[in-house]
Amino acid sequence: MSIYLDNSATTRQHEEVTNLMCRLMREDYGNPSSLHHMGLAAERHVKQARRSLARAVGCRAEEIVFTSCGTESDNLAIRGIAEARRRAGRRLVTTAIEHPAVLETFAALENEGYETCIVGVDKEGFVDPDRLAEAVDEETTLISVMHVNNEVGSIQPLAAVAEKKKNALLHSDCVQSLGKLPIPTEVLDLASFSAHKIHGPKGMGALYKAGSLHIIPQQTGGGQEKGLRSGTENVPGIAGFGLAASMAAESMDERCTQIAAMRDYLRRGILDEIPDVRINTPDHDAVCCILNVSFLGTRGEVILHTLEQQGIYVSTGSACSSHAKTRGSHVLRAMGLSGEAIEGAIRFSLSAYNTKEDIEQTVDALKKAVHRFRHLGGFR
Amino acid sequence: MNERNLFIVRFGEAALKGQNKPYFEKLLVERIRKLVKRLGSIEVRRKEGLIFVRADKSIPQEDIIREIGKVFGIASISPAVECPSDLEEIGRAAVEYMNRLIQEKGVKTFKVEAKRADKSFPVKSPDIAKKVGASVLKGCKVLKVDVHDPDVHLFVDLRRDVTYLYQQKIKGLGGLPLGSNGKGLVLLSGGIDSPVAAWMMARRGMQIEAVHYHSYPYTSERAQEKVEELAGILAVYCSRFKMHVINMLPIQEQIAAHCPAEEMTIQLRRFMMRVGEKIAAKNDCSMLVTGESLGQVASQTAEALCVTDASVTMPVMRPLIAMDKTEIMDLARHIGTYEKSIEPYEDCCTVFLPKHPLTKPRLDRIERSEAGLDVERLISEAVESEETIDIYPRID
Repeated sequence: MSIYLDNSATTRQHEEVTNLMCRLMREDYGNPSSLHHMGLAAERHVKQARRSLARAVGCRAEEIVFTSCGTESDNLAIRGIAEARRRAGRRLVTTAIEHPAVLETFAALENEGYETCIVGVDKEGFVDPDRLAEAVDEETTLISVMHVNNEVGSIQPLAAVAEKKKNALLHSDCVQSLGKLPIPTEVLDLASFSAHKIHGPKGMGALYKAGSLHIIPQQTGGGQEKGLRSGTENVPGIAGFGLAASMAAESMDERCTQIAAMRDYLRRGILDEIPDVRINTPDHDAVCCILNVSFLGTRGEVILHTLEQQGIYVSTGSACSSHAKTRGSHVLRAMGLSGEAIEGAIRFSLSAYNTKEDIEQTVDALKKAVHRFRHLGGFR
Repeated sequence: MNERNLFIVRFGEAALKGQNKPYFEKLLVERIRKLVKRLGSIEVRRKEGLIFVRADKSIPQEDIIREIGKVFGIASISPAVECPSDLEEIGRAAVEYMNRLIQEKGVKTFKVEAKRADKSFPVKSPDIAKKVGASVLKGCKVLKVDVHDPDVHLFVDLRRDVTYLYQQKIKGLGGLPLGSNGKGLVLLSGGIDSPVAAWMMARRGMQIEAVHYHSYPYTSERAQEKVEELAGILAVYCSRFKMHVINMLPIQEQIAAHCPAEEMTIQLRRFMMRVGEKIAAKNDCSMLVTGESLGQVASQTAEALCVTDASVTMPVMRPLIAMDKTEIMDLARHIGTYEKSIEPYEDCCTVFLPKHPLTKPRLDRIERSEAGLDVERLISEAVESEETIDIYPRID
């Protein structure tokens, strides 16, 4: 049996979602744009999914645009606003700990002549609204701040950020928070979501766009999704997303309390059993499911592969590299962690599928893996 | 005229061989047949010291040239046309051939060169050239002769019954037919050098088998997948081969526990050689092949190579030994392994890289610290843990 602790990368799709999608692929395979009955049947699935997701997000159904992934949603929101409001100003503000879908889009826009500003974070991984306010001027058209950081789990103070936005609109990448926290749509103009992080299908994303806000579509064609995302709807994916979203919204608090208890159990286990560790996830305002830990004097990648041999799947923040200083996790670097701490970092991300036994086995395997590495480590 | 396209393939060094020549030629023909088989109905024959490939017109010429271009032992390839060995027929064929070139490439000038393999033919080579030239001038009004820098250099190869006309000689890879020179075991890492070393030995006719060492979980599964893909590119030239995969971590752990840190790499290299020697012997390989190049890294200084070499009795081939890194990189690009080689996964040599590796190791000292290890047991355990993977040509 495997122990899957990489739920921030992707999740196991719910059986119910898989079954629904299979049925749609086999039977209701019509195109929602078709005038006949099969088209109507498909359209109904899309409508229902839109309502389900809107309920989970806390917005109106017409405020949801389905896309192909979180990255596409981020692109559509950021480019869509930047281009629509180009006359009002060309300054865009974001944080140093965003997902590459945001950071790389900002970098591309910088090349296209926009002025971008990237605000740092504190050592716990939080953006300071006052510091952010200094970067926002009258010409700023968009601020993009993620809701939950995907590497350390810090929850960003979106309400406080919204107070500083001046003329700008506020976008938030909520890929990691959907199904774990209420989405603060009351302070957001745009928000990005992804289905496969909530036990839904890969290849499905969505964008929340408040009311009648005007954005420039990034894809032209048949005018689906009110012209904001042309292309035949991925009906099974949309339906799967809708179902996963309802399941995530259902008894969310209870489930999150249970996951948080598991995460705390893991944190306790690691602190009790393994010396020289640094917990990188803040102990307040953190999402229930993420725990980022540096096992000092080790290499995260090797610990990952050692755990993998026992069927335990985790993640490192950094890519495979021996030069943590230049190539390690940009989030941990932004938090000011040492090269050693970055190199030894492991991210555990839990789901409701994990059990207490999973956690105990993981701590046990970690203890051995870290010991083995430290025993050999001096020879590197 | 022909319902099939003709290609003339010339032997490389195999043509220089004496009594073994038929054997080399046979290997070469078989190799060509194997490579072009998947393209469709193609006939490969040898005759009068050449190989003639005749392929259906529906098969693109460039596909055939590309496939034959992967065969070791070939000097050159020429797309050609054939006609009866009769001056009038040759003239007519030459006009038709040149007309096609005028249409396709806008050729304006030409020059004819003739060769008469059949010395009983009554007209001498220069006169054949003159006569064919005259026919072409008459038949293709737009063409002029230019003996110094012609657009087309038309070759007339007159033989007893058949004459061949062609214009270009596309260079082949050279070397000797695969399988004509024993079998070697190459130590294949994921780097730039070892695939090039394997390719160079294979070009001399050596059949290749590979051993790959890793240090999982210190190296990742993706690193091994990269090596398998690299091996797949080699197999395009070297045909299907076996790759033996061995985890060196147990040995590295013992070295780390018992030997000075700065000896890690050199000690490991010696174990790689010795394990390789055993694997080679088990698989009928008579030599080891490595990508070592003098002075490239600490383990490849003259002193280090001596210490490494002393660990085995089997001959170790180091075809890159005197090449510059840039030359090796150029060759890797030519072979097609470079882009894959530079993908960033670590191999087991870099994982345990000491801070200050020994550059001038002394054999007596290395052997002394090795005395603390159960060398024979470590080697045999590594050999026993070996897994074999079949590597097939990678066709993208």
